[in-house]
Amino acid sequence: MASEPIYQTDDLIAEDIDAYLVQHQHKSLLRFITCGSVDDGKSTLIGRLLYDSKMIFEDQLALLESDSKRMGTQGQEIDFALLVDGLAAEREQGITIDVAYRFFATEKRKFIVADTPGHEQYTRNMVTGASTADLAVILIDARKGVLTQTRRHSYLAHLIGIRNLVLAINKMDLVDCDKGVFDSILADYRVFAASIGIEDFTAIPISGLRGDNITTRSDAMPWYEGPALLDHLETVEIDADRRARDAFRIPVQWVNRPNLDFRGFSGTIASGTIAPGDPVRVLPSGKTSRVGKIVTMRGELDQAVAGQSVTICLTDEIDCSRGDVISAADSPPEVADQFEATIVWMTDEPMLPGRPYWLKLGAATVSATITDEKYQVDVNTMEHIAAKTLALNGIAVCNIALDRALPFTAYDDNPDLGGFILVDRLSNATVGAGMIHFALRRSQNIHWQAIDISREAHARQKSQKAAVLWFTGLSGSGKSTIANLVEKKLHVLGRHSYLLDGDNVRHGLNKDLGFTDADRVENIRRVGEVARLMTDAGLIVLTAFISPFRAERQMVRRMISEGEFIEVFVDTPLDVAEARDGKGLYKKARAGELKNFTGIDSPYERPENAEIIVNTVEISAEEAAEQIVEMLIGRG
Amino acid sequence: MNTHAKAERAEEAGVSPARLTHLERLEAESIHIMREVVAEAEKPVMLYSVGKDSAVMLHLARMAFHPSPPPFPLLHVDTTWKFRAMYELRDRAAREAGMELLVYKNPEAIEKGINPFDHGPLHTDMWKTEGLKQALSLYGFDAAFGGARRDEEKSRAKERVFSFRSANHRWDPKSQRPELWKLYNARKAKGESMRVFPISNWTELDIWQYIHLEGIEIVPLYFSAPRPTVIRDGLILMVDDERFPLEGEEPVMRSIRFRTLGCYPLTGAVESEAATLPEVIQEMLLTTTSERQGRAIDHDQAASMEKKKQEGYF
Repeated sequence: MASEPIYQTDDLIAEDIDAYLVQHQHKSLLRFITCGSVDDGKSTLIGRLLYDSKMIFEDQLALLESDSKRMGTQGQEIDFALLVDGLAAEREQGITIDVAYRFFATEKRKFIVADTPGHEQYTRNMVTGASTADLAVILIDARKGVLTQTRRHSYLAHLIGIRNLVLAINKMDLVDCDKGVFDSILADYRVFAASIGIEDFTAIPISGLRGDNITTRSDAMPWYEGPALLDHLETVEIDADRRARDAFRIPVQWVNRPNLDFRGFSGTIASGTIAPGDPVRVLPSGKTSRVGKIVTMRGELDQAVAGQSVTICLTDEIDCSRGDVISAADSPPEVADQFEATIVWMTDEPMLPGRPYWLKLGAATVSATITDEKYQVDVNTMEHIAAKTLALNGIAVCNIALDRALPFTAYDDNPDLGGFILVDRLSNATVGAGMIHFALRRSQNIHWQAIDISREAHARQKSQKAAVLWFTGLSGSGKSTIANLVEKKLHVLGRHSYLLDGDNVRHGLNKDLGFTDADRVENIRRVGEVARLMTDAGLIVLTAFISPFRAERQMVRRMISEGEFIEVFVDTPLDVAEARDGKGLYKKARAGELKNFTGIDSPYERPENAEIIVNTVEISAEEAAEQIVEMLIGRG
Repeated sequence: MNTHAKAERAEEAGVSPARLTHLERLEAESIHIMREVVAEAEKPVMLYSVGKDSAVMLHLARMAFHPSPPPFPLLHVDTTWKFRAMYELRDRAAREAGMELLVYKNPEAIEKGINPFDHGPLHTDMWKTEGLKQALSLYGFDAAFGGARRDEEKSRAKERVFSFRSANHRWDPKSQRPELWKLYNARKAKGESMRVFPISNWTELDIWQYIHLEGIEIVPLYFSAPRPTVIRDGLILMVDDERFPLEGEEPVMRSIRFRTLGCYPLTGAVESEAATLPEVIQEMLLTTTSERQGRAIDHDQAASMEKKKQEGYF
């Protein structure tokens, strides 16, 4: 342990600042993540890297020295962990820290370290930090060897597509720098790595505390012939650079149109290189053109490469807007609306198949639903588990369907066009992240069949406008009663209608569904699809479903043509509905015999923008039905 | 020409894609972030404090939207106590960028004559924290770019690029969103807003290097010159105008410069001979006190930044 600060002050700074600046200017950037718990010496390692690369200023160092002595964790020596462990107080305050970023530079490279503290939120945090990393350092305590958490960290790093893995076997000083210990851990890890598909990694024996094999090769381990950790970090090939060799793709972020004479497409190049004159194709439209010029404030470019943010002008006036992808004309990306993907869940409220979420991929945002959860992965054992929902920090392989087709690449080929986030439609929170495996075949092969008799023709023949009257409210609120009365009146008026009743549908179409949140979502999705087909046939559809979740009612609203969805909120207070209890269900629910009963142990989310609100305490069912029919006549 | 041939052509030309420098990657990231905000926010604004970080942020905005001018105004939340040289550059920089400059001064602070000499921490609270909230509400901005960096201090190391604020501008740690890849979720409910930090991943050295490479104009106070000063509470303060109440002190001419710029009575100078950018960078690299030490604001209390952030200050 050196007692003198080992500032690696670059002599060049003092002697020739201009030369130093030129050198610094040409440094590349490596982003990496460190995985391991505090016990593995992670904070000590990061602190050591910052310290050895002179990223600690004197005032910080003075504080560090006094803190080290006060805490006494390393006797009178400096405790490097204190440099980065400034988060304890925040943890106590209940502040979630998913990732903290640190910065340091050496003569060859600049580094950004993503540090992900915390055990409970580990999956979510690590996936977030790893998503922008070129490399992962997986720390192992030499005394403990390959642990469950080592497997979990390695699995997650591999899942997120990090190809550069460093296995840092730390605390070698505590095992007498013994080669046998290193070799045996290495052998264990090699077997495990191969089992999850990790082809390559670099193992380095280190001591973060003493600085062995961190910046320079250690004399204490003459048997180790590989690079010191920092040497490796300085020379490893960066993923982002590799992508420059792939086919050209740029997601269009923004259309730059200062005046009628200029129309440029701005974005960050996801892969490949581009030059004026190159033929390109715009996806999903498939239209082709050529690059006219590549515009930046520094002047027009002869060429631009992956990673650069540029503005491209095409030689033809073709449609292209935010969310589209401009690609090399001869190798465009696939376009699809259904995928298989791995999804990582990042919020307390579980993922529900069938519920619509916003999906953001590249610069495009679309509506998406998980159609099928194939299996969950236990991150500790890598076992596959059958499941229907996905909880916080869960990982699952799922099928996912979008409401329109998007250009994409497999995540393994390019994270910029294969990684997506899922956003809750009500809270707007980022609830999940996903990595596309491939498009589902049916998505490529099933096309819309054009039909000659249009939906308008169907409705015209019946002399009516198609509509969905969506009755929502608690069990016993009077939905079915009112819907029945409305349909009778419509029938008398000679209108063509059909009533989809919650109980009836569960005897047939939905008899495979129960009452969990996930099943309730699927129940409503199917009813929505049936209602949509019926409106296509020109019918007035009445539905009576509790439909407790706002998100699903919104989903159906979007399925149905604009203006044809009429939400009828049968607003009956819980005590009134419970007092009626026509089917004796509340009594059962109160007795604990019925689980997930809306209003009792499952929530009802009141509509915010219902077209019609019926208060069954103030008016009778007959009066309510009369009002609804009058309103329907009013709209034709 | 196919892609592989093109990559080879690139390598032959000596512009191998493998050589995107760290500054090029940072620049591309900042531009990407700004374009996302403009594409997704309804009414963005750029907070402009006239410091070196603001100068870089403004320059990046011009790069992001060229040949259009940046499609949002600049907002300076003025405390009326900035250095005179800052006001001069502010107006010129906005004009050169072709952007509208909005200057907001908290009317209550004007009325009460809030100043750093008599009112201590209240000065920052009223002019900056309150002033910023008032200005954002007044104009209805739903996204505000700020020039904060993660390397400035520990509590910023974990700050998101997109930081969400409730309708009353409070920062709720629980509602912050994970940020993966280049995907930023900018969706929000009505009344909510976001602060966006496009230069989060830049370090102080990156900022200086970029200013040097791009020839970005910064306030001359960053360069050493003889200036009238007094020493108070261990800080070298510059007597920038006649409002500075001298308590029997005689201002002394010292060769000083500033590493960070704020309100002149609150900003400590360093004695220095560094009169050019390379000299300033050299001095920064060789001296060993961190940047924020010159700001009186941070010495108020230990967890000051965290608290200020929750209250709405950057």
